[in-house]
Amino acid sequence: MSTQLVLLALLMGLVTYPSRALPILAPGIEKLPPRALQYLRLVGPAVLASLAAANTLVLTSADGARSLHLVIAAAGVVVCLLLTAWRRNLLLGLIGGMALVAVARALGAG
Amino acid sequence: MPTLRESRRRLIRDTLIINASIIAFGFMFGLAARNAGYSPIEAMAMSTLLFAGASQFAAVGYVAAGLPWAPIVVLTLFLNARHVLYSAALAPRLRAISAPRRALMAHFLTDEAFALTAAHFHRLGRTDEGGYWIAALGGVFIPWNLSTLAGVLLGGAIPDPAKFGLDIVFPAAMGGLAVGLILGRREIVAACAGGLIGVAASLALGPGIGIMIGGLLGPLAGMAMPGPVAPDAGPGSPESELAGRTVDLDEAMTDLETIPDGAA
Repeated sequence: MSTQLVLLALLMGLVTYPSRALPILAPGIEKLPPRALQYLRLVGPAVLASLAAANTLVLTSADGARSLHLVIAAAGVVVCLLLTAWRRNLLLGLIGGMALVAVARALGAG
Repeated sequence: MPTLRESRRRLIRDTLIINASIIAFGFMFGLAARNAGYSPIEAMAMSTLLFAGASQFAAVGYVAAGLPWAPIVVLTLFLNARHVLYSAALAPRLRAISAPRRALMAHFLTDEAFALTAAHFHRLGRTDEGGYWIAALGGVFIPWNLSTLAGVLLGGAIPDPAKFGLDIVFPAAMGGLAVGLILGRREIVAACAGGLIGVAASLALGPGIGIMIGGLLGPLAGMAMPGPVAPDAGPGSPESELAGRTVDLDEAMTDLETIPDGAA
């Protein structure tokens, strides 16, 4: 059984840890200017939206070429977002989005 | 102000609901890792030593594409930089806890653990270390690792996960979590700008860098909007619930940011 990627996981964990730990461990580091706090408060929605959009819409081929990818999966994600926003329920949104994609694919789409 | 017992009961209820999506993500990660050639030990190492879903999924793609380790590690650093926000927001509440325990707590700080904990601390108006561990271990770490193991071991039994729409779980959940953080115009603009810039930059520079650029520039667009960051979301209002999970995150963070010295 291969264990080569265990070292990669460790390295990735090591570079992630400071962002989790430094403000908690360094006294006073959390006292940021109001504008900086405002910025940081908006990072969450922006990063998550960026992750969702890029993962859904950008396709990277085996040779590294990237292209815009508008398929049924994107519709599934949109349905999930709409249901989540409407019912304030992420699980319902996920089920709705997956159901749309599963039905569409069963019918031969995307 | 609820009692510790009442707030923990709410925390546990929220945690159980979050478990459903964590288990789905964890299983999908195990499945994706298996398909990318990870062994069970390697997949579990990612979920325990790194323990950061988005970068774990990204790494599956990078490893499958044969990307060298150095850029993978650098991209992970960028992708997980947002944890600084969560750590900084919780820091004032955790001052009274010893440094070694805070150092241990830090490893388990994730998007979901932060959301659950910040809301719990906000309800209580003080720190509850036990509540943090309920959220971080019970809410995320344990179900994430068990479902990763299930995905990597049992994934072969699902002939075509995409047929069931399982391939959209990750982006849909990321988007859904972003929706949960939107309580005002600025968040909407930041999220929309982040998504658009993220896609454009990903097309030009690759998803690893592009996602981070979207996340860094999106907030600037949000800050350009006039008005308050978010309207008040009172307890029990529709805006304060997401799958039963409290997401009055903005209110919670405002509360955490204004803690006077020594109040934690």
